[in-house]
Amino acid sequence: MPERPSRMMAETPWYELFSRGARDWLRHNQKVREAVRSNLSELLAGADFITQPQNRTLLVPVRFLEHARFRLADTETRHGAGQGEGEVGRLLRPAHRREERGAGDAGTDGNEIRFVLELKVDEIVDWLWEEMKLPELRPRRGAALDEPDYIREGWDRRGARSRLDRRRTVKEAVKRRAVQPSPLPFTNDDLRYRQLVRRAKPAIDAVIVFALDVSGSMQEEQRRLAKTFFFFALQGLRRQYAKVETLFLAHAVDAWEFAEEEFFRVSGSGGTVASSAFWLARERLAARYDPSRYNAYLFYASDGENAVEDRAAATEALGELAVALNYLGYVETGAARFRPKATEMSEIFAALRAKGLPVGAAPLASLDDVWSALRLFFRDPEGRA
Amino acid sequence: MNEDALRTYTAGLEQLARDLGLEYRPVDFELVPSSLMTEIAVYGLPVRMPHWSFGVRYIHQLVRQAMGHSRIFEVMFPGDPCHAYLMDGNTLAENTLVVAHVLGHADFANRNALFARFHEMAGGNIIGMAATHARRIDRAIEEHGLARVEAVLDAALALESHVDVTRALHREPYPSRAPERKAREPDPFRARFERLPAAATPEPPAAPQRLPLPPHPEYDLLWFIAQYGPDLEQWERDIFLAVRAESLYFYPVFACQIMNEGWASYWHARLLREADFLPQDLYVSAIKAHSDVVRPFAADEQVALAVNPYHLGFTLWENIVERHGLEYARRVCRDEDDFGFVRNYLDREIAEKLDLFVYEERRNGEIRIRSRDLAAVREAILAPKYHYGAPRVAVKALELDGTLVLEHDAATDARGLDQRRAATVLKYVQRVWRRPVRLATVDARGAKIELEA
Repeated sequence: MPERPSRMMAETPWYELFSRGARDWLRHNQKVREAVRSNLSELLAGADFITQPQNRTLLVPVRFLEHARFRLADTETRHGAGQGEGEVGRLLRPAHRREERGAGDAGTDGNEIRFVLELKVDEIVDWLWEEMKLPELRPRRGAALDEPDYIREGWDRRGARSRLDRRRTVKEAVKRRAVQPSPLPFTNDDLRYRQLVRRAKPAIDAVIVFALDVSGSMQEEQRRLAKTFFFFALQGLRRQYAKVETLFLAHAVDAWEFAEEEFFRVSGSGGTVASSAFWLARERLAARYDPSRYNAYLFYASDGENAVEDRAAATEALGELAVALNYLGYVETGAARFRPKATEMSEIFAALRAKGLPVGAAPLASLDDVWSALRLFFRDPEGRA
Repeated sequence: MNEDALRTYTAGLEQLARDLGLEYRPVDFELVPSSLMTEIAVYGLPVRMPHWSFGVRYIHQLVRQAMGHSRIFEVMFPGDPCHAYLMDGNTLAENTLVVAHVLGHADFANRNALFARFHEMAGGNIIGMAATHARRIDRAIEEHGLARVEAVLDAALALESHVDVTRALHREPYPSRAPERKAREPDPFRARFERLPAAATPEPPAAPQRLPLPPHPEYDLLWFIAQYGPDLEQWERDIFLAVRAESLYFYPVFACQIMNEGWASYWHARLLREADFLPQDLYVSAIKAHSDVVRPFAADEQVALAVNPYHLGFTLWENIVERHGLEYARRVCRDEDDFGFVRNYLDREIAEKLDLFVYEERRNGEIRIRSRDLAAVREAILAPKYHYGAPRVAVKALELDGTLVLEHDAATDARGLDQRRAATVLKYVQRVWRRPVRLATVDARGAKIELEA
């Protein structure tokens, strides 16, 4: 028997304040983003935002994460209890037609809910670049002391109200009150303001040359891969360093310089004379970018084919560049597995590398390789083998 | 909704309930907004530990509610006092029905032996207990970071159902040594045998044996990990034990669902019928709400691929009361859980009256009625309830290097585990156990396999 009557309450203000369900749902979404992030290469493969950089978001359909439990394996048939009229053997639900069947698990999760995650391209690029730095970045001697910066330094009794340091002010007041017989709680003398000082900081400037082989032997697919690689390299470098100059070169037999937006649309035909691009790069670098101020990099994408008669010239040009530049990166498009023999270009790069010069080469056979190539070139120098 | 009217009706219903012999601990009713009802339905408790998996259930629940598939009337937590939450958006008639229903639940929880045992172990304030756990976990998040606490909760909540419900809430560790054999009772034969002249001196008793760990297959995985995890910190053990305590609290509700809902439905119907103080139109609306809940199929269907526990339990209880009287029904209430209830009281006559059947679903989605055999129907109803609804996985050994060896009892479960999910669970556990974790089960062909994390 109840020793007191039951109660009826209607005053429940506290739960309106927050929703635990929404909180845990947000946490779930955060975990989905992390999961998507760790599968970036899949994401890159499926996406077509490189050719359409104006689409700044990417919609990724995802499933809910499942919190796994021990469960018995599915069997061919599943039994359950039900209720209703009908003879044994009566058909209650016909088999799915083929087109009705979802791509997901058969049967059991009939009413699975999916949702679409909206990712910003900027965000993806951020993820890619979080762990990377420009290779071999070092301040050049004689670099201009520009990029002034404001640094907090010291306190003053006068200043802008927004820079009032309350903690410091209270400290002053406490000190004063400790020695005065009948103190006021605060006086104007107690006020302390943070001060800013203008300091010059040595600049770290960099120039990056992107050179692309657009000769007839480069297939559309290969050019697309190279562009993808450049796109991410450029986005990332821009993000990492405030001052990065770029130079876009394309070559077939001759080489030209292009503006960025044109560069990604260039296609060409004819033979391949790689040295033309390297000479052009050297010339433009020398003319515009003082080597005492700029760190210089060159990334070259090609299918590896080069005119045999250009071998000596290309070797010489690259040799010079390798000595002058901080780093030379080479991506070779096309499926390496069809060509057991090393290509012209890769041989030259291998020879430079053997001399201990700062060069690197990476294959670019599929979109997955974009990611690994970026890793190879841009890993934190300390982590480099 | 008129709260004062609801108060008046509640007092009247309680008086009537007492006159009809309902015995229960007092109930604190609370009128809450639908958002809180949703959360209680999702979390199982008004305040519970945070975990992302609840967020998924929350969205599922919201979607179901938006599609009109799921409507929550009431949530009730047995205790001392009991707590019941009513939705403030429901009509007065609906909430009057719910109050009567809750009184039936309270009576059931007070009578049933399983509820009584867990009530005695856990105390009467589950809501306070769960809130304390949630607070402790919030503090752990502040102290150790979300990632670490989440790793522990991933493992503990994945093993939520793996508790040994036959054991006490507070379990002592295993005795480290086998109990010494007791001296035998003196019996005449033995006495004479010892007096025989050539009797050799009896051998000295063997030194007490160290027992293997665990001494028997241990099905209480949460307790075992909390107790014997070699590298767990104290706060991690606490989380496992908190999840275990909540899981044990939910067990009687789980194991008596058909009885409990049926009993409450029986009583709400009877209380409303006999409550002459209720206005006629309110009674009619309330009874309409009753028949919406206590019915076998959705409104426009002829067949259901599930058995509504409200309807089944209600029918069984009406039948028991009719045949054997109320006092007998109250004894059944005390002694049974759903297993005994369905096996003993769902007879051929009722099964035929209710048109119960067993259906078979194939991989391609085809569903047919397979059987109307009584034993098969009973087992199909009870099958999801065995072993707290989870596969039987036990700790088989704790090896010297700290490896945790689990074994799935595939013979009893008649098949192996879903390997992908099992591997994920092992990964969860391994992150907290921090030593290798192995699990033996069988594959689709019945061959033994071992998963490792």
